[in-house]
This record gives sequence, C-alpha cells and structure tokens, in this order.
Amino acid sequence: MELEGKIRIPSGCAIAAVISREGNPIPGNLISEAMRPMHDRSNGLGGGFAGYGIYPAYKDFYALHIFFDSRSTRKDCEAFIKEHFEIVKAEIIPTEKNRAITDEPIIWRYFVSPLKSTLADLQLDEKEFVVRTVVKINSEMKGAYVFSSGKNMGTFKAVGYPEDIGEYYRLGEYRGYSWTAHGRYPTNTPGWWGGAHPFTLLDYSVVHNGEISSYDANRRFIEMFGYKCTLQTDTEVITYIMDYLLRRQRLSLEEAANVVAAPFWSTIEKNRNIPERDKLIYLRTMFSSLLITGPFSIVLGFEGGLMALNDRLKLRSLVVGEKDDRVFMASEEAAIRTMEPNAENIWAPAGGEPVIVTLGEGVEN
Amino acid sequence: MKSDESKCVNCQRCVSLCPTRALKIVKSDCILRENCNWQNDTIREVYKQANSGGVLLSSMGNPKPMPVYWDKMLINASQVTNPPIDPLREPMETKVFLGKKPERIERDKSGNLINNLPAQIELTMPVMFSAMSYGSISYNAHASLARAAEELGIIYNTGEGGLHEDFYKFGKNTIVQVASGRFGVYENYLNAGAAIEIKMGQGAKPGIGGHLPGEKIVGDISRTRMIPEGSDAISPAPHHDIYSIEDLRQLVFSLKEATRYKKPIIVKVAAVHNIAAIASGIARSGADIIAIDGFRGGTGAAPTRIRDNVGIPIELALASVDKRLRDEGIRNNVSLVAGGSIRSAADVVKAIALGADACYIATAALLALGCHLCRTCQSGKCNWGIATQKPELIKRLNPDIGSRRLVNLMTAWKHEIKEIMGGMGINSIEALKGNRLMLRGVGLNEKELEILGISHAGE
Repeated sequence: MELEGKIRIPSGCAIAAVISREGNPIPGNLISEAMRPMHDRSNGLGGGFAGYGIYPAYKDFYALHIFFDSRSTRKDCEAFIKEHFEIVKAEIIPTEKNRAITDEPIIWRYFVSPLKSTLADLQLDEKEFVVRTVVKINSEMKGAYVFSSGKNMGTFKAVGYPEDIGEYYRLGEYRGYSWTAHGRYPTNTPGWWGGAHPFTLLDYSVVHNGEISSYDANRRFIEMFGYKCTLQTDTEVITYIMDYLLRRQRLSLEEAANVVAAPFWSTIEKNRNIPERDKLIYLRTMFSSLLITGPFSIVLGFEGGLMALNDRLKLRSLVVGEKDDRVFMASEEAAIRTMEPNAENIWAPAGGEPVIVTLGEGVEN
Repeated sequence: MKSDESKCVNCQRCVSLCPTRALKIVKSDCILRENCNWQNDTIREVYKQANSGGVLLSSMGNPKPMPVYWDKMLINASQVTNPPIDPLREPMETKVFLGKKPERIERDKSGNLINNLPAQIELTMPVMFSAMSYGSISYNAHASLARAAEELGIIYNTGEGGLHEDFYKFGKNTIVQVASGRFGVYENYLNAGAAIEIKMGQGAKPGIGGHLPGEKIVGDISRTRMIPEGSDAISPAPHHDIYSIEDLRQLVFSLKEATRYKKPIIVKVAAVHNIAAIASGIARSGADIIAIDGFRGGTGAAPTRIRDNVGIPIELALASVDKRLRDEGIRNNVSLVAGGSIRSAADVVKAIALGADACYIATAALLALGCHLCRTCQSGKCNWGIATQKPELIKRLNPDIGSRRLVNLMTAWKHEIKEIMGGMGINSIEALKGNRLMLRGVGLNEKELEILGISHAGE
C-alpha cells in the first residue's frame, strides 16, 4: 500500500470551528468535544485541530510542528533547520497515551526565526523563506514532515477519531482565541499521520469536507508558482490556493472567495452594480484555473480570524451560529450545540457566500 | 447532362438526392493484385506519377491508419464520494476567455482592482471554426460560417483569403488571418476582427505554403485578396520577414501597434517534433494565443506525401506544450487552441482536460454543410457547393440552411459537453482545463502515457 501522496484518496468529513470575536481564550477541549456528536462522519482514519493564539510566549517565532519516523531523521532535520534558522526552543509535543491512538511517530515542535543573513543572501522575505523551507523538507527529506508552520498557532493531528486525538494531544491545556477541527472519512486506509487534516502553511490552516472535481486543474496551475502538492489532497491544494491569493496576490478574503467559489456567469451578468460586476468578471477571468468545483465546505483559519465557505452549489452541509462573543461553524448543528447549547442565530450560509469573522470586527457575510 | 462514372469521387450527391433512394456507390471489385507492401493505392500513385511527372495532391486530413489518441483516452465520472451534476437542473458553464493573463493584480489608489487584462476573446463554448480562406471555400460557405458564429457567440476564421466586404459586419465573430502571402491584409482588415492570427503553419502541410491557381482568382476573390484577376496566389512556405523567433516577435508587435493593442494575437503553428520548445518561444514573443494544428488536420489541397508523413498528432503535441509551459511557469502568458481533427464533443472534452483552452474545428463544420468527405477539394468541383468557385455549384449551398446546421451541430456538442462535465461533477469548463486526472488511457504504452501525462485505466 502506497503512502498518501503517491496516490490520491478521496474522503468525506466533519468540520467544526469556534472563534471569540473579542479574542478571549477558549480551551482546546471545547472543540474536541464538539466532534463527538459527529463521530459517524469520520471513520477513525484521521483527525486534527488547529488553534490560534496558543503560543503567546513565543508569538514572534514560527512554530514548526514536525513528525519524524526515526531519531536519525530528527537529527538530520534539526541540522538542516539550524543552518538557516535560530531555534529558540525545541521540545517534544506533550501527549497522553490513548488506546485508540497507535503507531505514533516522533512529534516535536520548534520555535524558530530565519537568520537575517540567509534572508539577505536569498533576497527573500521571511514568510516566503519559511514556505520554501517547509516545501523542501516535506518533498525532499524522507521521514520528516512539517505539519504546522505559523506564528502563535499550531496544528495537532493524527490517525484516529478526532475526540481521541484531542485527548491524546492534551488540548485542554491550550487556550486560543480560535480553533478549527477535522474528522476524516477517507475511502482508503493510508494510516499516515501526515495525511490527516487540518493542512497548514504559515498561519493559514484549512479544514475541508468534500471532494473537489477541479483538483488536477487547480493542482497543475498552482504548482507553477513553486508549490508542490505532495499529499494529493484537496485540503492541501486549497491551502496553497489561499496562500497564493491572499499572501502573494494580496487579494482580500472576499475577493479570494469570489475566485474559488466564483458566482455563476448568469448571476454576475444580472448584477446591477457595475463596478462590482466588472470586478467579479475580472477575478473569474484572471484566476480561472483556481475556480474550485465539486462539493466542499471549508473553514480557513488565519491570524486573527476564520472564514467559512461552501462550494457554489452548496453540495456539503455547513451551519453557523453565535453566542455572545463567540461564533461557531460546523458540518452539523449538533456540534455547535455541544459547544454552546444556547447558540443563537443558527443559519446555513448560501453556496459561495463566505462567512468571515475577525477579531474585534464581528461577523461579515 | 452527360455523366461519366469513371470520374466518380464518391461525393454521395447522387445518392442523397435520388428521390427513390435507388442509388448506392459500391467500390468496384476490379482491383490490382494486392499484397501487404504494395497496396492498390500505392501502385496507382506510382502509375499516376509515371504518367505526369508531378507531385501528388490530396485534400482533407491524413487518412492513414495512424493512432488516434482521442480514441485511446477515457473520461471519468463521479460515483458516491462526490455527486454528478445534472445540467438540466443546475447551471453548467462553458464560457471561456482566450488571451494572456497578467502575473499580478494591480490596485488604484483607493484600493480597487484595476482591470489589467489585455484584450481577450470571449466564447460561449470552447470551440471555434478554423481557418478556411475565401477562395478555398465558397462565398456561401463563408456566409454560413460567419452567420453561425455570430448566432452561437463563437468565432470563425477568414484563413488567408482576406475578408469579403459583405462580412465585415460579422467582425466581432471573426478572426482575421495574416499568412505568408499577406493576401487581403490592410489596416481596416486588421481592425475588423476580434483577433488576428499569424499563420506560421498548418497541420496538413507543415513547412509548405499554399497555391490558389490563377483561374480561381476572379471577381470577388481577386478583389478580396487584393491581387489581379488571373494571377496565381502563392503563399510562400515561410513568411519572408520571419526567419526566427525574434522576427515573429516583431510581427506580433507590428500587428499590435497597427491595432492599438486592442486585438489578441494568435500564432498558429503545425504540430512538429519540437513543438514544446517552439511554443515556449512563442509564449515569450508577445503572442496572446497559440493555436496548434495536428497532423490529421484538413486542407483544401496539400502534397500527398507531406500530408501523410509530416507532423505529429495533436494529442501528444498539446500535452507536451501544456506541460512545458507549466514547467516554465508561463502557461498563463498564452491560451492554447488545439486543432487538427477534433471530431466530436468527446474530443473537445479530452482536449480541454489535456490542457487546451479551446478547440478549432473545420472538417466537422464542413460535414455539417453537406461535405461527404470525398477528399477531392483540390479539383475545385465540389458538388456540395463548399470547396468550389463555380456559380452553378456554389448555389447548391444555401447559407440559411448551412448556418442553421452549423448552429445545430454546435448546440448539440454544447449539450454533450455539459452532460459529460456534469457526470464528472464539474460545472464550469475552467475547472476541466488541464484536469488530466479526469482522463485514463487504454492500450497505450508507458511512453505515450508519460507524454500525455495521464494514468492507465485501472490505476
């Protein structure tokens, strides 16, 4: 059986997310428990979480979470990182043995900062250099896999059911202003931790439920810009697309949503707001190969916020609810009710309409 | 009326018009003594050349039993893990824009996006009528193509014969061609169309020019081509101002200057051995669109040996060009148009999935106009009024009916394209472009699969 990345494995899924608009800390076990009622949406072959604001003491450093298959791989990888980064802290990620979680790799985290001299030599900005380093380790260093690389955020994932994975990583000990979660139902048995979700790059993380039919069109386009789709998963390519549109092209979140879940031409033509119509035509024409078709519901996590988005036909479930400063998003209302039994304003966003929540800004959609 | 059955070309006109359906054309069973090496046609060609001392001429595409890769690729469909989409219930989009896409967005001072897209061609479906000159085909054939293109929201192509004054009104559905003879090219012509195509080569006769004999250069044709009546219209093999890629760049920008950068420039090339490198050069030459014409493409007349032995299949050419441009990160510099025997909606879908932005069709369009593929266009005696300039033959093609049939054909293909896309769970053609996971090969060897960039069925 080949590892994920050699073959493409479609999967169904459960997703959930929560954010405090005021930036109040939320313990990680809240999101972990939210996955329990959606147990049957996963099949025990992958799950994971991303938390934002969880490393305030190291917020100025990139937190690299890495799986290693052996001690020697770790030594080699550390040596490689040291060549170009200052490592201010390196430690094993604390875990708690759990009967349901087996075959664990060696899991470490490093808080790092790129060496100024290296950046000057390569004429690269810091983020671009971190991206290239992550891509290099993941595509070239056998047995090492960077699964989280943002600042003041981290991903925790494994093979198993999400609620077990939450306990395994002791998520209750972390506090973050936002969390996303994923439970996976792959149609195959890769049994590899790197294949679990969320998928992240820098501070962007994506949890995704669906199977996109545009995958290879999207992949072959985005790979022109230095990304390498090593996992062959939808989530990976969606993350790269978001990084390309938001960080490299500097589109706004709404504009990026109008690219990947573009309105139908017939809808655009009916738009009486001419500047708005022209903008939509422009975005669809300019980035036509980044349109994503087929079913998807995603939550994109980023520094300071979340964006939920459905495919334009809404072929996957996605509901949103609110209570006080918190906004909840999930595949099922049951997950929201688990996090907040008295959640209000529960609604199902329309296909292609992004729900964007940012700290201090409230909800836009 | 005299008839001489020895001159029968099997155009099926008599069969189609026979009111009692009493006729059928049957191949005479009197043949030469054949063997596998020296077949009937081969022997007859030797006799013909021994008689005439001339180059053999043929028309329409390569008829030899060479591999047709379209027929060795199969299309995917959704089952269980994602849903097929019903085009009768949900929107299914086939609109495409052809042209260069800039590398970066730009914003004005207040942060609004600036439309920095160069001129594009907008098509309601990814199919265009390929170049056929007025002269090689009739006035009524051109009228049919132009009217159908307008009604369909697609484009037809003048070929190298100039644009008849009656057809300037179809400008926004017209590609005007600039070929090596430069016939009919002047400022108004260049500005008349939606785009300008520089024809460097043609799939049916790569490396070969064209020749319309003086007896066909009469009346309107002489006026449209802007050459004297009775003079031969000879298109040289090369453009005599283009002996290199940098020369091509100069012509591209000359045409852009002449049209004030309002028209996309297409460069059409025949699919030849190093097509990927050639396309890469063209993509850096300022061209907006590259049209690649495969070796099975049709023609009104070509030397038989060239037609049957020169060039490569469009499927392989398209796959390798698309891959090369992506490897070099310049795929967005140009759109790709594939031609050279696109026969059906399935071929269109496969071409898009391999990486084409759109397809050119010509033979299929002529079939819609009545052509029965008798393959004798070079005689100028087309019984269906298409490849002829004889008034009594031209009037057999009624442009009202001709354009209607072209519209029908394209409408049918559009339905089929939507149906196939829906099956794959794709509801917009741009999500199919270059989506090679949607294709699998059958009966292809490792090398062919590698070049096509697809897996074998079962993988």
